[in-house]
Amino acid sequence: MAELTSPAAPAAAPAPRPAPGAAAGAFLGRHPLLSLLVKRLWLALVTLFLVSVLVFVIARVMPGDVGRSILGPYASAAQVAALDRKLGLDRPILAQYGSYIWGFVRGDWGTSPVLSVPVRPYVMGHLVNSLYLAGLALVEIIPLSIGLGIVAGWFRDRWPDRLISVVGVSLLALPEFVSGTILIVVFSIELRALPSSAAVPDLSIVDILHNLLLPSLPLLFVLFGYIARMTRAGTADALSSNYARTAYLKGLSGTAVLWKHVLRNSLTPTITVIAVQLGYLIGGLVVTERLFNYPGIGNLIYTAATDHDQAMLQAGVLLIAGVYTVANTLADLLYAVLNPRLRLGGS
Amino acid sequence: MSDDQASSVTDTAPTLAVEDLSVSYRRRRKTLPAVSGASFEIAPGEAYGLVGESGCGKSTVAMALMRYLPGNAAVDGGTIRFQGQDVLTASPATLRGWRGNQMAMVYQDPGSALNPAVRVGTQIAEVYRVHRGLSRDDALDRAADMLDKVRFPSPKDMLRRYPHELSGGQQQRVMIAMALAADPALLILDEPTTGLDATVEAEVLDLIEQLRAEYSTSVLFISHNLGIVARLCDRVGVLYAGRLSEEGPASSVLTEPRHPYTSALLRCVPRPGMRKDTKRLEPIPGYLPRLGEAPPGCPFAPRCDLVQPECETAPPPLVQVPGSHASACLRATEVPALTARDGEPAAAPASGTAPAPPPAAEKAEKAEKAAEPVIAVDGLVKRYTSAGMEVTAVDGVSLDIAPGETFGLVGESGSGKTTLARCIAGLLPSSAGKITVTADHSGRRARARFLQMVFQNPDTALNPRHIVRRILSRAQKRQDDPATSSERGRRLSDLVRAVRLQDWHLDVRPAALSGGLKQRVAIARAFAGKPSVVLCDEPVSALDVSVQAAILNLLIDLQAERGVSYLFISHDLTVVQYLADRIGVMYHGEIVDIGPANAVAAAPHHPYTEALLSAAPALGSDGAESRIRLDLTPVQPGTGTEGCRFHGRCHRSLGEVCATQVPPWQTDDSGNTYRCHIPPVQLRDLQGAATPL
Repeated sequence: MAELTSPAAPAAAPAPRPAPGAAAGAFLGRHPLLSLLVKRLWLALVTLFLVSVLVFVIARVMPGDVGRSILGPYASAAQVAALDRKLGLDRPILAQYGSYIWGFVRGDWGTSPVLSVPVRPYVMGHLVNSLYLAGLALVEIIPLSIGLGIVAGWFRDRWPDRLISVVGVSLLALPEFVSGTILIVVFSIELRALPSSAAVPDLSIVDILHNLLLPSLPLLFVLFGYIARMTRAGTADALSSNYARTAYLKGLSGTAVLWKHVLRNSLTPTITVIAVQLGYLIGGLVVTERLFNYPGIGNLIYTAATDHDQAMLQAGVLLIAGVYTVANTLADLLYAVLNPRLRLGGS
Repeated sequence: MSDDQASSVTDTAPTLAVEDLSVSYRRRRKTLPAVSGASFEIAPGEAYGLVGESGCGKSTVAMALMRYLPGNAAVDGGTIRFQGQDVLTASPATLRGWRGNQMAMVYQDPGSALNPAVRVGTQIAEVYRVHRGLSRDDALDRAADMLDKVRFPSPKDMLRRYPHELSGGQQQRVMIAMALAADPALLILDEPTTGLDATVEAEVLDLIEQLRAEYSTSVLFISHNLGIVARLCDRVGVLYAGRLSEEGPASSVLTEPRHPYTSALLRCVPRPGMRKDTKRLEPIPGYLPRLGEAPPGCPFAPRCDLVQPECETAPPPLVQVPGSHASACLRATEVPALTARDGEPAAAPASGTAPAPPPAAEKAEKAEKAAEPVIAVDGLVKRYTSAGMEVTAVDGVSLDIAPGETFGLVGESGSGKTTLARCIAGLLPSSAGKITVTADHSGRRARARFLQMVFQNPDTALNPRHIVRRILSRAQKRQDDPATSSERGRRLSDLVRAVRLQDWHLDVRPAALSGGLKQRVAIARAFAGKPSVVLCDEPVSALDVSVQAAILNLLIDLQAERGVSYLFISHDLTVVQYLADRIGVMYHGEIVDIGPANAVAAAPHHPYTEALLSAAPALGSDGAESRIRLDLTPVQPGTGTEGCRFHGRCHRSLGEVCATQVPPWQTDDSGNTYRCHIPPVQLRDLQGAATPL
């Protein structure tokens, strides 16, 4: 017993030393935000790479032959084979992917064999159109859902909360094509107030509202319930927290507690949710744009997929994936910036 | 505290006068009284202590005073007068004017009471902005002054910190600064040191004591810790099941209680120097009545030793006992005799079946003979990586545990106690060193049969979806015992009896049980097989004192019955000293002091042990003038120095040699071994006077 309790401890005092895995962190300096940024960007690249592979493979295994779909049912097998060769479709798939992705990175996105137009300007134009629509939707969604979410949280379990929550959930449960159809029936067909087919607006507010208000509403419906619920939960939690009690018992009024103490904490998760939803918005445009026949990127992808327009489809999906990834990265960074615990790297 | 202060203020109007206050909660259309007819007054400059176990209504009283009760609570009657004005009918604007300004509060768990997203300077400055209308800069200047008053070395830098950048003790000092910012007339402290380390607790209490001398604030101090209340308060009220059972000067109430409840509370806490083989703890029988289920008479009657038929008809009023203080007991005059029963030696366990534990000396001898320890840890090192830095949580620890022995492990949080236990249990791989267990138990499953753990929080350690029977029978099955089901059933009821549970407890889920019962289930699970060693990681820290006493007794009985060894981890040195045969004191991943329990607790011992002992504000230890205070900022784990790791905080530091040379192990005649440059003879001289043991 005595022998075991005798001092056996190594004398060396443990100086803090960086662990093996931290070499990159040390190289980039200690600031946690910077290392987070690097980590996120790296992840974003990996994600985009995987998406590009996936899209490429899926486009290749889609039923139907590219040459055949371009030339039509009456072309001979030899003609189809010749076109395939011209498009490079007879090369090994790895080589096809390599030259495709190399071209994509350099900005050469190819030409659409179906529409015979250069892909890049065409897709970009549609993306810009979609951004108008998504932008308008966000302008409606953010103040409305956050504002009403805070109201619901403040009046937790009382009638304003019940009303907002029930409406939010009901709208959330309504698919875009249903709500969109109802809107068209009511506002375009019955009331004849707004067009059922949205044209690209010029940059005046009146024209934007005229063309895009109706298509933006289904998006609002879907996201309102979600974001308002997040905001409500965050606000209600923060209001019942110990630090809110501290603030009240410091002599602050209810509104001061809300503005100075509660929202700072409760909106952090909401803001990141919104940033993530930005990506969803762009991706979720397919149904709405299709319904309102709006020339955005969702519509483009749909058309490209049905027409076997591989170049267009790949570019469109990759672009959406890019927006989505950027939005996600932004959300992560935003969360870190808003949270002092992460910003300062903890103790 | 000071008699002249108390007498000089009695003529003036009280700061706070609570009369006949009753508060109840509404739950499922039922009205559940939480506080019934409480009356007390706090004079200007007076410190009033409110004590009682959790669930007695202490915090409800505090929140009623601030008029910040939860939505389902209502004041059913009584008045609260603050500086002569009625709190319960005050307008919201008047209330806002008082809160944070005239009446301020400090809470348990400062970590959650501070806004994590706001700098502490801004949070303190807010008080001046709201109540004094100061500009932002002026308010921040005042906040810096306040931080200086609560002994922050560089207040200007502190202003810009976020709460998470501060230690628990620092956070609580910020809370105190915020509460005192406007120089309030009444300061309510609700368990301000619960959950803090002993040394940090001592630091916070010192601060409160000093500030009380500086400010003439009245204090309402709420605590379950009688030792702290005895130290800080002038007068004490004891709350039981929402009723004041006793009230009077602190010195009188806590040394010669006149209510059986207070007497019982005093008897169930181990005092410094108390040992399991000389004195058995006396837990209070029965349970605190649940909210709304208090009996019609005296609420304590079902648990009382002095109960008589009259007690059960109506709650006795709080009346002055001749020659003493006020008590709500019909037999108040007989309570001192009850308290004096104190001297009872360690008797056989209540069940009468188990033999009394053998005296320590005899046991140590036996352990020596048994020669082979059940667990031998040799030079154990555990490193882990945190935020890119390598931290050594356990650094070369060697210890062994003999069969049937209790080894107590103490140290502040972050000292590596739990990491060490987890390495021993095999839950964490160790980085270096050797853990030897009795032969043929080296495999993982075999180790589980041989070694079990009991954790601090039974809430998270028990599966909430399983009934107790399932929890225990699963633990039994894991023992690979080819027993028949009837045999198993018999063993299960043996087990249940062994931990003093009843059969109906088997068919409920853990959530239906109280904290103490849950911990019994956790202990039963650990004992489901025939473990040789049970690692107890702070098993009683989350429990009320009366429950704690029962659990400690249970552990002692089980050890006597089954000859199991314990590794008992706790930050509470009094408890460890009571329970353990040997003690190891950990500091920064190292054991700095190890030996027989009494030898470690007495001089000469490591200066860190000395500081830990003197920090514990236990009843019956008075030595305020000799209390040792450690430097406030503990070194971050892993940032080792060349010499002794403790030297920066050490009050006995020799200077140069401590900073540069690793201290040698020194052994005293008593068997205590410690790491220090000061040899035993000298250290005994230094500490002999200071330690009242």
